[in-house]
Amino acid sequence: MNVFDIIGPVMIGPSSSHTAGAARIGGVARALLGAQPVRADIGLHGSFARTGRGHGTDKAIVAGLLGFAPDDTRLRNALDIAAEQGMQVEIHPVEIDGAHPNTALLHLETAGGRTLEVQGSSVGGGSIRITSIDGMEVQLTGERPTLIVVHQDMPGIIAAVTETVAGWQLNIGSFRLTRQSRGGTAVMALEMDGAVGQEVAAAVSALPHVMHVTLLQPV
Amino acid sequence: MQLEYTSLAALLDAAEQAGKPLSELVLAQQAEELEQDPRQVYDRMARCYQVMADGVEPGCDPALRSTSGLTGGNAAKMKAAVQAGRTLTGPVLGGALTRALAISELNAAMGRIVAAPTAGSCGILPAALLTMEQEKSCARHACVMALFTASAVGLVIAKNACLAGAQGGCQAECGSAAAMAAAAIVELAGGSPKMVGDAVAIALKNVLGLVCDPVAGLVEVPCVKRNAAGVAGAFVAAELALAGIGSVIPPDEAILAMKRVGDAMSPALKETALGGLAATPTACRLRDQLLGRDAWQ
Repeated sequence: MNVFDIIGPVMIGPSSSHTAGAARIGGVARALLGAQPVRADIGLHGSFARTGRGHGTDKAIVAGLLGFAPDDTRLRNALDIAAEQGMQVEIHPVEIDGAHPNTALLHLETAGGRTLEVQGSSVGGGSIRITSIDGMEVQLTGERPTLIVVHQDMPGIIAAVTETVAGWQLNIGSFRLTRQSRGGTAVMALEMDGAVGQEVAAAVSALPHVMHVTLLQPV
Repeated sequence: MQLEYTSLAALLDAAEQAGKPLSELVLAQQAEELEQDPRQVYDRMARCYQVMADGVEPGCDPALRSTSGLTGGNAAKMKAAVQAGRTLTGPVLGGALTRALAISELNAAMGRIVAAPTAGSCGILPAALLTMEQEKSCARHACVMALFTASAVGLVIAKNACLAGAQGGCQAECGSAAAMAAAAIVELAGGSPKMVGDAVAIALKNVLGLVCDPVAGLVEVPCVKRNAAGVAGAFVAAELALAGIGSVIPPDEAILAMKRVGDAMSPALKETALGGLAATPTACRLRDQLLGRDAWQ
């Protein structure tokens, strides 16, 4: 912890969890999609559903989807701005078994028809955890550059990816791997300590049995 | 530089021995920890201070209202009373109350604020510092530096207790903000490190047991007025400490007491909106109105 964890974040009120954290969930989802969605279906769970309207949780998530920072004063008009920019937004409650009380489940679609499902929770003080991407379990904070590698589950892939990353003298701060089934599709999330460029993602992408790589910059 | 945020007494001893205000030690240490030039760290803090200062005017707009409509417009009333000379306690406390209400109401109305240490308690520390700048002619630079002293207090509380209402009740949130503000005021007024410690202890002791009971679960009632009470409490603690009145219980022990009280507090009184003011008939009626209108179900 440092002094800016005490004095900060600079944010749009009223709540670091229900507003600032919600904006970051939207921001990370946008970054994962790699584009501004034209359609956003936003499911709110628990306290997000019950007190979200009073806390502006809906506006905050949409602000994040529009690429606004959590301290951008346009946040409070985000629903109108989304409408102006042609983003169709649907907001409704959802019940997600075992989810953190401040959780959102987003279904996004780009103009090109690409879709993405992201589940994230606001865990306090504006910090978040992205817990699932397209149904695959992850644990992302969005605080550090993160490589998300979707690949075939088979021997040697982790070594190949970490070796590639090491080639850029990059240190891995946290590593997590989950798979749907043995030999099926797996997803690796590497949170990095230093700055990570697109060339690193491209190199990992080029590895055999790697299906898709997303480089998530801090939000 | 070796500086750990585990004991306020140790930090204040270090300041005493260095013959410097605590803020200078904290800035130097944080620059090392963040691997940045002290100037950069100072400038970042100065930008936080500017956001705080910029919040007062929009917060005093008589037409300001929160999304729920529960709060807004009270800072304007307080400001009018101060300007008309209609206050009992004069422009220092009146000004502090106005600024605390303004920033807290701005937060509720989705304005831009700095969590200090939380969004729910964001009016207290800015109100204390801006009042010292504007009513007591403290330099802007000194006020920004005082934020480092306040942060050090916050870091010690975070390490040994907590800063979240959900964990420790309002004493942990507005109480910590008041303790941080009291430390900042004492440093700005030229008090000794010992006086800073006394002010922190007194501020915390005076709100021990304060519960977090937000009506309808929103950061509005009673939060906005507790920000006004918080800055008043900070000035009370600072005024006593500056007069040479010591705290019998040392600040680190007061912080631990706050943690134990928080641990003993019923979950109904820790931001769940199930107890305290949130469970009164009026609060329940408001909650039903607001949730009926506001929830997505």
